[in-house]
Amino acid sequence: MTQYETIIGLEVHVELKTKTKIFCSCSTEFGAEPNHHVCPVCMGLPGVLPVLNKKVVEYGILAGLALNCQIADFSKFDRKNYFYPDLPKAFQVSQYDLPIAEHGHLEFDTGEGEKRVGITRIHMEEDAGKLVHQGSISTTTHSLVDYNRTGVPLIEIVSEPDMRSPEEAKAYVEKLKAIIQYTDVSDCKMQEGSLRCDANVSVRPLGNKEFGTKVEIKNLNSFKAMQRALEYEIERQIDVVEDNGQIVQETRTWDENKGITLALRSKEEAQDYRYFPEPDLVPVVISREWVDSIKKLLPELPDEKKRRYIEEFGLPPYDASVITVSKDIASFFEACTRNYPEAKAISNWIMGDLTRLLNSHNMDIKECSIKPQQLVEMLKLLDNGTISGKIAKTVFEAMFETGKDPGVIVEEKGLKQISDASAIEGIIDRAIEDNPKSVEDYKKGKKKAIGFLVGQVMKASKGKANPQVVNDILQNKLDHM
Amino acid sequence: MIKKSDVEHVALLARLELSEEEKELYTKQLSDILEHAQTLNKLDTENVPPTAHVLPLKNVFREDEVGDHLDPEKALSNAPDKEESFFRVPKIV
Amino acid sequence: MKLYQKTAHRLHEMLLNKEVSSEEITQSVLNRISTVDEKVGAYVTVLGENALDTARKVDRKIKDGTNIHPLAGIPIAIKDNMCTEGIRTTCSSRILYNYMPPYNATVIERLGEVDAVMIGKTNMDEFAMGSSCENSAFFPTCNPWSTDRVAGGSSGGSSASVAADEAIVALGSDTGGSIRLPAAYCGVVGMKPTYGAVSRYGLIAFASSLDQIGPFGKDVTDCALLMNVICGHDPMDSTSVKFDVPDYTTFLANNVKGLKIGIPKEYMGEGIDAEIKNSIQEAAEKLASLGAEVEETGLPHTKHGLSAYYLIAPAEASSNLARYDGVRYGYRAQDPEDMIEMFKKTRSEGFGPEVKRRIMLGTYALSAGYYDAYYNKALKVRTLIKQDFDSAFEKYDVLLSPTSPIPPFKRGEKVDDPLQMYMVDICTLAVNLAGIPAISLPAGMVNGLPVGLQLMGKPFDEGTLLRAAYTFEQNTVHHENKPSI
Repeated sequence: MTQYETIIGLEVHVELKTKTKIFCSCSTEFGAEPNHHVCPVCMGLPGVLPVLNKKVVEYGILAGLALNCQIADFSKFDRKNYFYPDLPKAFQVSQYDLPIAEHGHLEFDTGEGEKRVGITRIHMEEDAGKLVHQGSISTTTHSLVDYNRTGVPLIEIVSEPDMRSPEEAKAYVEKLKAIIQYTDVSDCKMQEGSLRCDANVSVRPLGNKEFGTKVEIKNLNSFKAMQRALEYEIERQIDVVEDNGQIVQETRTWDENKGITLALRSKEEAQDYRYFPEPDLVPVVISREWVDSIKKLLPELPDEKKRRYIEEFGLPPYDASVITVSKDIASFFEACTRNYPEAKAISNWIMGDLTRLLNSHNMDIKECSIKPQQLVEMLKLLDNGTISGKIAKTVFEAMFETGKDPGVIVEEKGLKQISDASAIEGIIDRAIEDNPKSVEDYKKGKKKAIGFLVGQVMKASKGKANPQVVNDILQNKLDHM
Repeated sequence: MIKKSDVEHVALLARLELSEEEKELYTKQLSDILEHAQTLNKLDTENVPPTAHVLPLKNVFREDEVGDHLDPEKALSNAPDKEESFFRVPKIV
Repeated sequence: MKLYQKTAHRLHEMLLNKEVSSEEITQSVLNRISTVDEKVGAYVTVLGENALDTARKVDRKIKDGTNIHPLAGIPIAIKDNMCTEGIRTTCSSRILYNYMPPYNATVIERLGEVDAVMIGKTNMDEFAMGSSCENSAFFPTCNPWSTDRVAGGSSGGSSASVAADEAIVALGSDTGGSIRLPAAYCGVVGMKPTYGAVSRYGLIAFASSLDQIGPFGKDVTDCALLMNVICGHDPMDSTSVKFDVPDYTTFLANNVKGLKIGIPKEYMGEGIDAEIKNSIQEAAEKLASLGAEVEETGLPHTKHGLSAYYLIAPAEASSNLARYDGVRYGYRAQDPEDMIEMFKKTRSEGFGPEVKRRIMLGTYALSAGYYDAYYNKALKVRTLIKQDFDSAFEKYDVLLSPTSPIPPFKRGEKVDDPLQMYMVDICTLAVNLAGIPAISLPAGMVNGLPVGLQLMGKPFDEGTLLRAAYTFEQNTVHHENKPSI
C-alpha cells in the first residue's frame, strides 16, 4: 500500500487591534449594532478615498519583526477585484507584489524536536463585512449585510508549505497566535473572528518530489475545526488518488455541522482578481530608523523567554514551553518568581490547578481572581507546614472562587495543619483501636498497612493533621506494641 | 484577435449580462481598439519603469483616532432594500 | 449686457457697490435657465430655492457690512459627478438615477464656505466617459453655438451652461480632456489643474490616477478666482499635495515678455483640421508679437498617448465602477433569482453602452495573461510620455497646441465608432497621463464655431498658464463672442 505525505501551508488572517479602521476613522470595536460603525469611506460610497492608518503599518512592521521577517523598504497597496455583497467597493485593498514583510519563520516543538516553518510574507489589507443568512446559506431566501467589520485592518500571514500533518498545522497556529499576542498587535480571538485560518492542502506519495494539486480550505475558525477539516480533506484526497482520480484545484469550505469539506461553486467563480496598483493610495517607504524605533517596542518573545526560564529558573523545557505560550501566564509566573525561589513549584501550580480551574470556568488568566502574590503566600504556608499539600488544593480553589488571601481562608475555614503530637495522639490511638486487622497485618510484616491507618487519621482530622507527624507517631506506636 | 468567448469571459468577470448583439459588437470594437494598442509593442520599454502614480508622494497617513460615524439612518437611506439596520440582498446561491 | 451674461469678477464689484443683489443675479440666471435650457440640456438638476436661500444669505451679509469672498453670491454650476449632500448626484447614469449622497465633496464644502450659489448639477457623459456629452443616460447636451452639434465632453453640461449664460462659472472634471475639450467647443475658458492640486474627495471616480476637478469661466480671471477656492491640500485625499496655494489672481498680468513657448509639432500635424491649425498659428504669432519666444519643439511619444490612455483609464474605471452592484444604493434590477443575477442585471440595465464598453476593455486589460501586454505596457508608455514633457519643460515655460483636432462635430456623427470618438482626445489626454496643468481658452471662430487654444504648463505652475492666457485674452476679443441662443 502506498504511503502518503501531506503538505500543508496556512494563510492566517489576524485583525489588528487598532482603534480605527485601516482607511477611515470608524471604530473597530466588536459587537456594535449592524451598520452603526460605518462612514462613506468604508461603505465605499461613490467618490470616497482611503487614507492609511499609520498604526496599521507600525503593527505590520512589529508583527514582521516578531516573525523574523525582512521588512520592505518600499511597499504599496493593490486592488484585488471581485464581486461579493459584503465587499462594498467590489475590490479589496490589499498588497500584491510588494508586501510589508517577507522571508520570516517561526519554530515550535513537535515532541520530536524543533520544527521550523517558513513565513513567505505578511501583507496588510482591509476586512470585508458580514453576511447574515436566515438559516443556512443554501436554503435562505435572502441575506442581510452588515458593514461594521468592513475596513477593519488585517494582516495576512502566509506560510511556506512546510507542515506535514494536521498536528503540525495546529502547533504552527498556536505558536503564531502566541507570538502575535506577545506583540500585542491583535487579540487573536478565534471565536470573535480576529484570527482566521485558510489552509492549502495536498497529498503526494511518500518520497515524491513534486507537490500534488493543492486545494484551499476556508472557514477553519477554531483549532478543532482546523484539525477535523484537515483530517477529512487529507483522507478525501487520498481516496481520490487511490481511485485513480484527479484532485481538482479548487476552494472548499469546511461545513462544521456535516463534518465535511464542500467545493465552493466554481462555475461562476472564474477566479481572476485582476490585481493592479491602488491609484488612490501612495507608496509606503520604510526607513531603517523607523524599523529600529519599532524594534524597540518588541517584547521578549516566547522562544527567548523559554530559553531564559530554562537557564534562569531551571525549569524543565516542557514547563518552559507551556508557561510561555501566553504572555499573561508568563507574566504571572514571573511575578511569582520575584518572591518565591522554587520556580518548579510555581509552574506546577500554574500548569496544574490553575489551568484546570481557568479552563473549567472558560476564563483568561487576566480575569482570574488569584494574584501572583497570593499564590506565593500559599506556597509559603505549604512550606512552613501551616497547611498540607491536600489542604492546599482546597485553599487554592477557595482563593479562585473568592479572591481572598490564603492566610484568611485558612483562618476562616480552620484549615491549619495540626503538627502538635499531643493533639494528634488521641486520634491515632482511636484509629489503632478501631482497626485491629490493619495493626495485625502490620505486625505480620505488611508494612504497607500503615498507609491505611494514616489515611484513617487524616480523615478523622479532616485532613488537617500533618501526615508526616502522623506517620512518625503511628510507626513509633506500632513498633512498640 | 478577440473572440466572442473572450468577450463572454470578460463580461462574467465584470458582472455584465450582454445580449448577442452586444457580444458581437464588443468583439469587433474591442478588437479594433486593442489592435490600435498593438502599436505600443513597437516601443522598447524593457528598461522603462511603469508610472502608476505621477506624484512623488509617499507615506500619507492618518492618526489612529476615532471620528464620526454615519448616522445609521443616513447609511441606509439609499438602500434599494433593507431590513432593520441591515442591507437586504437576494440569496447568494 | 444682462446680469447672467456678466463675469463673476464684474458681478462681485456690482455686489460690493450695492448695484445689484445676489438674489437678483441668481434669479436672472434661473430665468435664463428656464428660457434656454430646453434647447441646450445643460442641467440634470436645477436648484431654485436652495440657490435663492444662499443668495439671500449673501445679501444679508453685504447689508451687514460683512466681508464677502469674490465668489460669494455668484451662481455656479456643478458637474453631476461631485457629491452634494442631500442633492441628487447621478453621474448622468441610470445606475445612480436616485442617489442622494450623505456627504459633500471637498470642493462643494469649500464653495459653501465662501457662499458661492450652487445653481444646479450639470449633464455629462455617463461617468465622465465620452467626448461629446451624448453618453448621458438622460439627454445629450447641445452646443449653444449650434444645437445640432455636440457640446464636447465629458463636462459638456458645465461648459454649455457657462457658454449659454445659464451659469456664471462652473466646475467640471478632466480625465483625458473632459474640461478642456468642452471649453473649446463651447467657447469658454476651462482649466485642468495639476494632479494633486485639487482634492478628489467626493468626485465620483472614473480613472483615479487621471481625474482632476477644475474651473470653467467666461474669462481667465473667473477661472483664477475659482482656483483660489478649490486648490489646496485635503487630508481626505491621499493624492492631494501639500503646497502653498498662491492667490492665482496675482498672476493675471498682461505680460508675456521673455516667456518661452514651445509648439510640439506632433500636435500640429496629421489629423489636425487645417483651419484650426491656422487659428492656433495666429494665436502663437499673437503671443510672439507680445514678446513671447515661440518655437517649434517635439514630444516624440505623443502618438502612443491615445492607446496608453485608453488602456489605463478603462482599467481603473473597470475597478472604480465595480461598486455599482445594486446592494447599497442606486438602481437595482427587479426580482433577481439570486445574487449573481442581481449583479449582472443591475449593471447591464444600469450602465449605458460606452460605460459597458470601457468596463469590458479595462477588465480585459487587467485580466490574467494580458496585464503585462496591455496595462503594464501602458504604464511604461506613460513614463515615456511624462519624460517627454519633463524634457520639454527644461526648455519651455509653456507648451501651446490646439485643444481639439477638429471643430465641434454633429451630434450622432461618431457615436457608432468609438475609436473615432477617442481620437477627439488626442490633444488633451497626454496632459492627464503626465499629471500637468493645462488651460483651454477661446482662440477665434471657424465657420461660426469656437476654436480652443490649449496651453500646457509645468506641475504646480498654473500661475504661468494663467498669465499667458490672461495676456492673450487681454489682447484679443475672442472671449467676447457670445452664441445667439
